[in-house]
Amino acid sequence: MKILAAAMLLFAVSAGAQAPGSHVDPMRGTVPIPEPTQPPRLTNWVNDDARLPRNYAMQPPIIPHRVDGYQVDKNFNKCLDCHSRSKTPFSGAVPVSATHYIDRDGKVLDHVSTRRYFCLQCHVAQEPMKPLVGNRFKPDSAQGRP
Amino acid sequence: MIARVIALVRRYWKIISRPSTHYSLGFLTVGGFICGIGFWGAFNTAMEFTNTEAFCTGCHEMRNNVYPELQQTIHFTNRSGVRAKCSDCHVPHEWTVKMARKIQASKEVWGKIFGTISTEEKFQAKRLELAQHEWARFKANDSLECRNCHSYESMDFTRQSQRAQAMHSTFLASKEKTCIDCHKGIAHRLPYIPPGQGPSDSPGQAVPTAHTGK
Repeated sequence: MKILAAAMLLFAVSAGAQAPGSHVDPMRGTVPIPEPTQPPRLTNWVNDDARLPRNYAMQPPIIPHRVDGYQVDKNFNKCLDCHSRSKTPFSGAVPVSATHYIDRDGKVLDHVSTRRYFCLQCHVAQEPMKPLVGNRFKPDSAQGRP
Repeated sequence: MIARVIALVRRYWKIISRPSTHYSLGFLTVGGFICGIGFWGAFNTAMEFTNTEAFCTGCHEMRNNVYPELQQTIHFTNRSGVRAKCSDCHVPHEWTVKMARKIQASKEVWGKIFGTISTEEKFQAKRLELAQHEWARFKANDSLECRNCHSYESMDFTRQSQRAQAMHSTFLASKEKTCIDCHKGIAHRLPYIPPGQGPSDSPGQAVPTAHTGK
């Protein structure tokens, strides 16, 4: 069995070596599989605080500011430090949607539901980069996009 | 008993107040001056040594808990390489206040001897209290240790993000809030803060008690 697996692996490797460049992965470029690619340069995060409209209905709004180093764990949630509904009158931030205060049983809580607690699972900050892979997605014009 | 003590004091007072018979006045004044310099230098050198990072991280309590947290923040690693060490934030720079803080810190020696935070569990349990001491200190001195580097006069608001501008030009400018009110946990991770226990309340961070590990 082991010998068979080794033979298959050898075949796969030699087949790959025989036909280089037949398929170019846009994220790897022409770098052969066994070699490490040059990682893309880090950019500065989008930090202009300009709210962007949704691309489609129910899209979690994106974050127009830096969030690196934000502590979001069971002890503390840096996002809610400004965005929780009790803090927004002071902070002027966009309040967390009221839906986030409802738990899975439909009960309205006085704090953010644990299932909505980890903000960065759905809401993401942006890096000003071109998409690595082309796509033909068109934002939904009903969401206020041009 | 008391008579003996008085006799002893009187004896030594006599010795001290009597003019010197063996040493000249010049020797005593110059010698005293040189010894004074030596003592002062040694004292300050020793005190400065307690301000070094090597001293702070000499104990596992600091080396294993708070120091690795600092290393991940912008106050330790950043593009220009300017960084803060423990004492930059935790020890006042001015001499008299520094001495007061150092005397206060002798309690930390007590804590070390009796292992108040000798394990990570003990540290986590005590962390809120320790953090509250520091928040109270920063609140009381108007975040002096922040301002030692971050001067309000030199802040270019136009170079700040909109939300930073909005906060700094209102609450900081009017002195209604001080740095620590908003910028807690910037060099260390924050403990669980029950509502009303921090310099600025953050009720949104409440998580069900079953998950807080209490």
